Amino acid sequence: MSTEATTAGVRADPYLSINNIEVIYDHVILVLKGVSMSVPKGGIVALLGANGAGKSTTLKSISNLLRAERGDVTKGSIEFKGARVDQMTPNDLVRRGVVQVMEGRHCFGHLTIEENLLTGAYTRRASGAEVRNSLDLVYNYFPRLKERRKSQAGYTSGGEQQMCAIGRAIMANPEMVLLDEPSMGLAPQIVEEIFEIVKDLNAKEQVSFLLAEQNTMVALRYADFGYILENGRIVMEGEASELADNEDVKEFYLGLSSEGRKSFREVKHYRRRKRWLS
Amino acid sequence: MQFFLEVLIGGLLSGVLYALVALGFVLIFKASGVFNFAQGAMVFFAALTFVGFTEVLPGWTGLAEGGAVVFWLAFVLALVSMVVLGIATEKIVLRPLVNQPPITLFMATIGLSYLVEGIAQGIWGANVRGLELGIEDVPIEYMMEHHNILISSFDLFAAALAGVLVGSLALFFQYTKVGRALRAVADDHQAALSIGIPLQHIWAIVWGVAGFVALVAGLIWGARNGVQFALTFTALKALPVLILGGFTSVPGAIVGGLIIGASEKLAEVYVGPFVGGGIESWFPYVLALLFLLVRPEGLFGERHIDRV
Ligand SMILES: Nc1ncnc2c1ncn2[C@@H]1O[C@H](COP(=O)(O)OP(=O)(O)OP(=O)(O)O)[C@@H](O)[C@H]1O
Ligand SMILES: [Mg+2]
Repeated sequence: MSTEATTAGVRADPYLSINNIEVIYDHVILVLKGVSMSVPKGGIVALLGANGAGKSTTLKSISNLLRAERGDVTKGSIEFKGARVDQMTPNDLVRRGVVQVMEGRHCFGHLTIEENLLTGAYTRRASGAEVRNSLDLVYNYFPRLKERRKSQAGYTSGGEQQMCAIGRAIMANPEMVLLDEPSMGLAPQIVEEIFEIVKDLNAKEQVSFLLAEQNTMVALRYADFGYILENGRIVMEGEASELADNEDVKEFYLGLSSEGRKSFREVKHYRRRKRWLS
Repeated sequence: MQFFLEVLIGGLLSGVLYALVALGFVLIFKASGVFNFAQGAMVFFAALTFVGFTEVLPGWTGLAEGGAVVFWLAFVLALVSMVVLGIATEKIVLRPLVNQPPITLFMATIGLSYLVEGIAQGIWGANVRGLELGIEDVPIEYMMEHHNILISSFDLFAAALAGVLVGSLALFFQYTKVGRALRAVADDHQAALSIGIPLQHIWAIVWGVAGFVALVAGLIWGARNGVQFALTFTALKALPVLILGGFTSVPGAIVGGLIIGASEKLAEVYVGPFVGGGIESWFPYVLALLFLLVRPEGLFGERHIDRV
């Protein structure tokens, strides 16, 4: 598989790399049309885009949850630490250190918060004491979860459920977390709280993050690098700070232009960047 | 009063068995969303396989007929057969149907129940057999003397056995890593997959446990009524139990089983004479039907926790 050597820097040290993948649902619905991206070790990379752009599909093709939804990676390859992972089961991937936090949190509603967290350690061959340590670590990052540890997850607040879902992933002792729309439906200060913790986990526990978000500006504040996905294609990529300052991004995602929401296809700057695609 | 108590206790004791079979349904339904119509056939298969082994083992091995060694060997072999049957069902019948609508899976288990009955009778023959567990079906003297109540020691033994089994299963679900994973899968397949719980292993375990439960129920019923095809229908009494208790609730299966067991016996004795008797066989279904009108989710049916 040849990796396009377009943007230097990030791609120099491939840790997680996605090379020109195509994803089809139900054998007919083409959703990703050649997506390439990479995440460096220890990085936080944001994957941005509007509804239906294919963000979740991209994450699921890495974690291989795609197959359970009748989706298939039909072209391209996915590598993690130099090994191809696109044919592995989610169980294999979690063991290798890649775990996904699904969009919409998906806590186990009838289990308590603590039981939810403990299921996260299912794939580990760890002693009770080691699991206990991980639990303490998670409670340390998410003190709210400790307060609610005996509550059924289904009856906790949205923010607590999001924390529970992230904490549960951390219990697997991952190297990389694929985090799908953590901000969904949460109040701004909870979103900040969660992103702060993500940043903290990244800095102190060396967990890399690939973060799918619609909430562009918040995501770019916490990420190092960003990709913008539209209609199953990457239409723009760059350092997070550059993207945040980019006129097109501002225009499109913050609605700063007078004409309202636009597609990137209509934006002039973008056409020049598009050359490396397809 | 004595008589009432006698009937009630007898009913409760047989209700424990209904609970046990219902538990097999609940396990599979919770973990894989499959309504396993073949559970009754599995009970029959288990009992017949056990009896079959007790018959052939002395010939194969030269062990004494009716001895403890033959009993336990047959038990282990029947258990292995049940686990293999359960796992094979999951792999061969249900896995290819993953992502299909529930009704398709349900139809598959109806087909499976005929297949399982056929295989069992094909291997071991179709004649009715007796099954000897070595527990005598006599009234307990103490209760006779002091309270003038007839309680069968066999019923009591069966209820205790089923009770221990139900209790240990409950502990297993509540406190072990695998039990927790089972509950997690029951709650949300996708999320379970996302944290690396291998669904197939879990389903195999559930089918294996359901096979074990079927074996215990089959042995007890077989010992009381003989091992015969009708076992399949007795086991289907679990259906009204499920309607009463809720399809996803372990405590519901237990309480539902007790209610059905007690009420069908009481109805037979107190209402039966007015309608010509024999109501024991259909009374539970009527009760379930009435119950459906009042509380469709069952006594303990889990309500969806809807909070977004
Ligand atoms: N299981 C599926 N079967 C068929 N089509 C699907 C399936 N899942 C997603 N799609 C389609 O794929 C496209 C991309 O969906 P995806 O969920 O990846 O988008 P997204 O960028 O995550 O959007 P959102 O921001 O709404 O979460 C959508 O058009 C969607 O309809
Ligand atoms: Mg999405």
